[in-house]
Amino acid sequence: MLIAQTVGIWTMIAALAYLFFVLFLGWLGYRKTKNATDYLLGGRTTHPVVMALSYGSTFISTSAIVGFGGVAGMFGMSLLWLVFFNIFVGIFIAFVFLGGPTRRIGHRLDAHTFPELLGRRFQSKFIQIFAGLTIFLFIPLYAAAVTIGGCEFIEEQLGIDYNTALLLFTIITAAYVVTGGLKGVMYTDAFQGVIMFVGMIILLVFTYVKLGGITTAHQALTDMAPLAPAKLTAIGHQGWTAMPAFGFGDIKYNLWWIIISTITLGVGIGVLAQPQLVIRFMTVKSKKELNRAVVVGGVFILITTGVAYTVGSLSNAYFLKNGADITGRVVKTIDQEKGYAVIQTVTKDEAGKYVDDKDKDGKAKMAPVKLSGVADAAAGIVTGKSIAFVYAGYNDSKIIPTFIKTAMPGWFGWLFLLTLISAAMSTLSSQYHVVGTSIGRDVYETYTGKHGKGVGVTRTGIVIGIAIALMWSYYARSGGMIIARATAIFFGLCASAFLPAYFGALFFKRATKAGAIASMITGFLVTTFWLAFVNAKEAEVIGIVQKVTGGKTSILADHPNWPVVDQIVVALPISILVMIIVSLMTKKSSSEHLEKCYGK
Amino acid sequence: MLGIEDKWVALAYLLCILSTILCAVYGIINWNKGDEDVKSEDIKWVSEEKKVEDEL
Repeated sequence: MLIAQTVGIWTMIAALAYLFFVLFLGWLGYRKTKNATDYLLGGRTTHPVVMALSYGSTFISTSAIVGFGGVAGMFGMSLLWLVFFNIFVGIFIAFVFLGGPTRRIGHRLDAHTFPELLGRRFQSKFIQIFAGLTIFLFIPLYAAAVTIGGCEFIEEQLGIDYNTALLLFTIITAAYVVTGGLKGVMYTDAFQGVIMFVGMIILLVFTYVKLGGITTAHQALTDMAPLAPAKLTAIGHQGWTAMPAFGFGDIKYNLWWIIISTITLGVGIGVLAQPQLVIRFMTVKSKKELNRAVVVGGVFILITTGVAYTVGSLSNAYFLKNGADITGRVVKTIDQEKGYAVIQTVTKDEAGKYVDDKDKDGKAKMAPVKLSGVADAAAGIVTGKSIAFVYAGYNDSKIIPTFIKTAMPGWFGWLFLLTLISAAMSTLSSQYHVVGTSIGRDVYETYTGKHGKGVGVTRTGIVIGIAIALMWSYYARSGGMIIARATAIFFGLCASAFLPAYFGALFFKRATKAGAIASMITGFLVTTFWLAFVNAKEAEVIGIVQKVTGGKTSILADHPNWPVVDQIVVALPISILVMIIVSLMTKKSSSEHLEKCYGK
Repeated sequence: MLGIEDKWVALAYLLCILSTILCAVYGIINWNKGDEDVKSEDIKWVSEEKKVEDEL
């Protein structure tokens, strides 16, 4: 009742109607089995728009919109490089060059999961089990990133605490998965894609209109470059419409390496070896469907990720113009003429005295502001408007939710909530499907040889996957790009461990079983080594490196910028080399097997 | 360009739009290309996939 009173009965009804509609579509799909397989069985073609929207809504999730959108709020429009990679690599290259061969070889070898495709091409049970286990262990991390993104928004929108949001979100997702979400019901996925598309278009138009048009909005963002927080300028931030400083060997280049190596390459290339996306290519009738789906796919990714990162960046210009006044004491003047300064924020206590704000570690809270007035001349207290990160409570994951709550009309917040639930559910259901099949079909059935008997294990695997993702979401939640990092770890791992073997399987008859095994193990080991010992943010959390180095967070802590260079930059080239060298040194598969894989 | 001073960011903005246009043009040009006959392996694959899904 409390929620209904706060948000209004009609918005509640609209939200509930949507949820029931999605569950109904899922149930209908469950009863009438209208998924990709049924279309193929009936000899019909899935409509290319439906296929593309379904692929897009699985690809793009709350991780991209809330997580990476928030990172764009902090770092700026340089994140558009990731959008370009998402469209060019994730759609164009994937659909045009990988889709057809994946479908062909998958059908020839009767492969139904990504690990099975690799395992059968290279005639290796080990490959299938190894890939299945890797996916089973690591995909919950990505599912957690999606979940955290959804919960951060629910928390802000409904005004409830994070743990309640997490519980609510898990119940909705579980209900969706149980009522048919796992089957990848095309119309539900496509419906969710439409909701996402409409929601993001409205968000983009509103944001540009509120800021006075495209050029004016970008210019306002360009002009506020001096307000970038000192912590970020120290690592190379040069404003929200500029690339960070580029170079190597000094921490002032850290941000460039984070944006290009972790965000752009890690996620942008990693998408090609995403198990939940690769298997979608097998469910189309012919290459024609893929050709047609490219049109909608490209537009969909531009509108979802492109809008999220642009709006995330522009939220800074919005808050600087329209944000609530923040009170504080000037500690540094940045630009007297423009009224830019850094203030120590303060709060008035009950006795009417101004007290300095502190963060949870007891450090002084600073905010870069454009001064707007004087609150108490005698006490030297001024007011000013600040950047998005400050209004989001110094938590990047909160930037998009806070912007929508503050800048957009009330009804849009609800539409956007539906947008995000749609984005999350379509991605999560496919992730949980992969979690289940990787442990049931790829590990259990392959190991025991009991084909078709792993359903129980698959179901148990899904429950375990949901539980692990829930646990991650509960414990891992905090700022510091957690959503983007968790996503990048999974995408990067998939790229380094699977991509050379996947390309080898599709295009190179000379690729051998030994080459694939060596490349997968190398990619996996280099990635985990880099995470545990070199990449400072992750190594610090894992906690082994401190014991080896006597307290440092990276074995290369004294050699900038190595501690921020993403694992993919090192692991992928090494695993490609290993694939090529070992394949050339070992005996290639029999000509009968190659004929089975590639035809005559 | 469009209020974005840094040419590398402006290039990324432009490339996002150009790559979307590339997708659209490619898809439209090849709209009716790529038809493939249904082979026995396709039918076998679909039947097995259906069985797996139904069990789940």
